[in-house]
Amino acid sequence: MIEEVSKIKEVSKKKNNRITLGKVIQKCILYSFILFLVVIVIVPVIWIFGASLNPGNSLYGSTMIPENPTFIHYYKLFTETDFPIWYSNTLKIATGNMLLSIVLTTITGYVFSRFKFKGKKMGLMSMLILQMFPAFISMTALYVLLLQMKLLNTHLGLIIIYAGGQIPYNAWLVKGYFDGIPKSLDEAARIDGASNITIFRKIILPLARPIITFVALTNFTLPWMDFILPRLILRTADKKTLAVGLYEMVSGHQNTKFTTFAAAAILVAIPITILFIYLQKHIVQGLSSGATKG
Amino acid sequence: MRKSTKATLLSAIFMGLGQFYNRETGKGIVFIIIEFIGLALIPYFRYSIWGILTLGETPLHYVNDIAVGDHSIFLLIQGIIAIMVLIFFIVFYIINIFDARKTGKIRDKGGKVKTFKQFLKYIWEKYFPFVGLSPAIIAIFFIVLLPIVFSIFIAFTNYSSPYNLPPRALVDWVGLKNFKNLVTLKIWNSTFWGVAKWTIIWAALSTLTTYFAGLFLALLTNLKGLRFKKAWRGIFILPYAIPAFISLLVFRMMFSGPGAVNSFLSQIGLEQVGWLTDPLIAKITILVVNLWLGSPYFMVLMSGILTNISKDLYQAADIDGATKRQKFFKITLPIVFYQTAPFLILSFAYNFNNFNVIYLLTDGNPVNAAYKYAGHTDILVSWIFKMTYDQNQFHMAAVVSIIIFLVIAGLSAYSFSRTKSFKEEDMIQ
Repeated sequence: MIEEVSKIKEVSKKKNNRITLGKVIQKCILYSFILFLVVIVIVPVIWIFGASLNPGNSLYGSTMIPENPTFIHYYKLFTETDFPIWYSNTLKIATGNMLLSIVLTTITGYVFSRFKFKGKKMGLMSMLILQMFPAFISMTALYVLLLQMKLLNTHLGLIIIYAGGQIPYNAWLVKGYFDGIPKSLDEAARIDGASNITIFRKIILPLARPIITFVALTNFTLPWMDFILPRLILRTADKKTLAVGLYEMVSGHQNTKFTTFAAAAILVAIPITILFIYLQKHIVQGLSSGATKG
Repeated sequence: MRKSTKATLLSAIFMGLGQFYNRETGKGIVFIIIEFIGLALIPYFRYSIWGILTLGETPLHYVNDIAVGDHSIFLLIQGIIAIMVLIFFIVFYIINIFDARKTGKIRDKGGKVKTFKQFLKYIWEKYFPFVGLSPAIIAIFFIVLLPIVFSIFIAFTNYSSPYNLPPRALVDWVGLKNFKNLVTLKIWNSTFWGVAKWTIIWAALSTLTTYFAGLFLALLTNLKGLRFKKAWRGIFILPYAIPAFISLLVFRMMFSGPGAVNSFLSQIGLEQVGWLTDPLIAKITILVVNLWLGSPYFMVLMSGILTNISKDLYQAADIDGATKRQKFFKITLPIVFYQTAPFLILSFAYNFNNFNVIYLLTDGNPVNAAYKYAGHTDILVSWIFKMTYDQNQFHMAAVVSIIIFLVIAGLSAYSFSRTKSFKEEDMIQ
């Protein structure tokens, strides 16, 4: 049987090795098509980078490859706008949100994965369904809630809302991942006298690095992109986040700060993009852990 | 009277008394403190319940230059918060009674009562699920559930500009009037159905296009004999890695009137196109931009599945003399479809509410004169946003939110109940 297979393989190899004109043309078409796709993917990136180097201010004069490239907009970003403040605010919120979210979701996921209790299935289902509610009107409620807790216009308030709001979806994914860690490991440890918390810390967490990376990454990146909730909750300029600042640069009709926006966009996109590509394996694993079809 | 009955009665009268009777001082003190907090909050509860029932009685006015009056919306939210706090309190009260009864029963049988320390340890181990879940439960109650309850309540009020906008005016309960208006008033009705139609078309098309483009990219970058596979994949993943918020704003600039695309067109002597201003072209532009944004996600997902398909299947097919085409249609495609089916539904639900793409690209524009507060490219969720933030039509926005929620929640519940991590629930332990 194995011999047969290898024979077939040899035959097909011989077939493949014969170079014909048709094959060459095929290859040419294939690679030029791939290059075409690459251009489509890359052009917007090059364009925005080129725009950030354009000397003017507006969208009109900017060209993809500027004739007199200048870094003035990057310089202005740090001297004339609050960009550094926005950056550090966002970094602070992102880090806080990431840490709090990891703690909340892993514990919740652990309980849902390892314990049996009344209302578990209903709890799981309602967690998922609840987060499907369109959020816009409900933001008023969050505003009043923070007002009552005296957390309005604070980064802590925003972090609490982010970290609380992400529980339903992420806890579900984390639970799915934990389900894949053999229960025999827990049981062995329990026989040795380990408590729930010890099992969680010493056995589950070390084996769950991919999903924790996923939760960390998604929660770290969220505050860099959300321009709606911070606008409502953070009322003063010194508390503003990057997404809000960036959005305000181009949401007006004049687009007068277009090139500065381009420079800011580059500075925000580069670290996040690198993080994403560096961690992409975990992202795929994380996404598929909750939803693989059985 | 038996000790358990006595303890139960005592705890029912006042939290903690039964525990004291059972000689559990530590527990008793905790419960008594909770009871005192509850008693101290009675005026607060009474005010809050009055607030949620009446939504205020005097609108804002000035007395000696100081603003006084009721703010209906604050009253409503405070009312909901108070009810939630009250629910937690009642749960504690019930726990307190059951606890006193349980310990009393142990004493009836002559058993030994746990010390406070032993008890805490017992709770920590026996009731770990509830201890572990309590932060999440509290967070979900106040951060997820409270806003939803609020939105649902708003659908039964007349909270809207210009006549019922606090703080200058009060809001009232109106029952089902808003739902009736949505069905009977022509302008609301036609806007809703018009926007809903485009929302469904958009969600279906955007999901299908990105799904198949992702499949295509995955197959392309997995082709046998293709060189530099990793490099191609690395480039194709870029749109997924770059923050969507930024790429969307960049596309908005590129496709705008004086943007790069139009200036390129005029350079090569073609006429400029209203990429984001013509109703039909704008819709197509949105779909194309979303294709750029969304396909890499499916490419990544499907690449993983493609490389995990067992080689045995293909070898067996080879032996049976299957052609390439047969192998592709009978092995590869069915496996990919089967494994990605839940993602297809999730992606539909996501796109159905994909506010960012629409809002950041077009703001829902161009304006549609036949619609109330909505443009040609608005989907339901961006329409809700406009009704809330631009027009202050909270009551109608709430009604539409409830409708969206019912559709999306039903769909997701169905797809989730078919996933592995939900199905296997019964088999655990």
